[in-house]
Amino acid sequence: MSRYYVNKFLFTVDRDPELLRRYKEDPRSLVTTWEQSIGPKLNDVERSTVHSLTDAERDALINHDIVALFEMGAHFFLSLTIFIAIYDEDWMQKYGPLSFQRDFAKRLAHWEGRDYPPVGE
Amino acid sequence: MAKLAAVLATTHHPFYLKATTAPADQQIPEAPEWKRKVEAYRETLTKAEPELLVMVGADHFHQFFLDNYPQFLIGKSPRYDATFYNEEREFGIPKYVLEGHEDLSNFMHKGLLARGFDFAFSNELKLDHSIICPIITTRPQADLPVVPIYTNIFAPPLPSPKRFWDLGRAIREIIDEYPSDKRIAAIGSGHLSLELGGPRQFRETGPDPEFDRQAIEWLSTGNIDAILANVTHESMARSGNATHGFMDLILMMGIAGPIPAAYSDSLSLFHTMEAYITWYPEGAAQ
Repeated sequence: MSRYYVNKFLFTVDRDPELLRRYKEDPRSLVTTWEQSIGPKLNDVERSTVHSLTDAERDALINHDIVALFEMGAHFFLSLTIFIAIYDEDWMQKYGPLSFQRDFAKRLAHWEGRDYPPVGE
Repeated sequence: MAKLAAVLATTHHPFYLKATTAPADQQIPEAPEWKRKVEAYRETLTKAEPELLVMVGADHFHQFFLDNYPQFLIGKSPRYDATFYNEEREFGIPKYVLEGHEDLSNFMHKGLLARGFDFAFSNELKLDHSIICPIITTRPQADLPVVPIYTNIFAPPLPSPKRFWDLGRAIREIIDEYPSDKRIAAIGSGHLSLELGGPRQFRETGPDPEFDRQAIEWLSTGNIDAILANVTHESMARSGNATHGFMDLILMMGIAGPIPAAYSDSLSLFHTMEAYITWYPEGAAQ
């Protein structure tokens, strides 16, 4: 498991409008591209050999699976921000303001009153 | 020596600008009251006649990430760009450029090291909404030089609440020793109870209104003993998974000292409670 690498995916995609567009339109393709050429980058020259996604992590990212990401300890801010970017506008038009954010909360309702999965040590 | 003209501790609601500048028929019902309260709060800074701002905030994975995340960091640039693409996208906050103050940055950095706070530093820091939101609310003309200080309230493991208080005390000593005739104000932003990306987010109020009331009382009475006796990383997590931003408000009270605030106001909004606290440590502007 690499919680760090899941977070790196969310961080690098959320801050780049073109990657974000591709993650919204074709998440499977973008996740594949990211694992090949973006995730390993330390800078324009250096590559890291340290991290990789597990199958469960890859599936959670491909499926925009908010609950799985929460449960594997993806950082709450990264997860909220990127999925607001992907869904908020469409949901707002269909169901009204904050409808996506409230549905997001509802999908995690089974965690209320419990200790959340840790996002760090 | 420099004069500490005012210390402000405020929440930073990133939607303030959007909420209060939308066309009237699209504004949330609380918008007019929100604007009135923010403008009244702004006056507590204006009347202190600051010439230089020490700004405390926390990067929300905009410049810093988990490959290299500082616990405490000071900006040392002549100038600071502000507001990242994904903040403009989500919150509608515009770009800013703030003047820096290299002399105070250097003096502050050395003073912190001398007091046992081994700060990271950046000569190319871009500021995020934790610093720009309080600029928008308290100094919208954005005309004063700033010395930005970033804390980690976000990427565990975090420094303790006591460490934030002690850091505030150290910053205060350094401001008091700064050889300048400038009037300095310290402005820091954080949170009360807050949930992000979890089951308690975006409700009619913040996730723990009782903590919010208690926290405002502690801040407004300067009651650091009660804060340190009651507030831990675990207690903050029970109040909401992003409540740890309260530690930046503790830091600000550390700059002011354990004294009653001169001004305290709050506003319960959807998702969170706003708090607006000002101290005048030496009776300045009172």
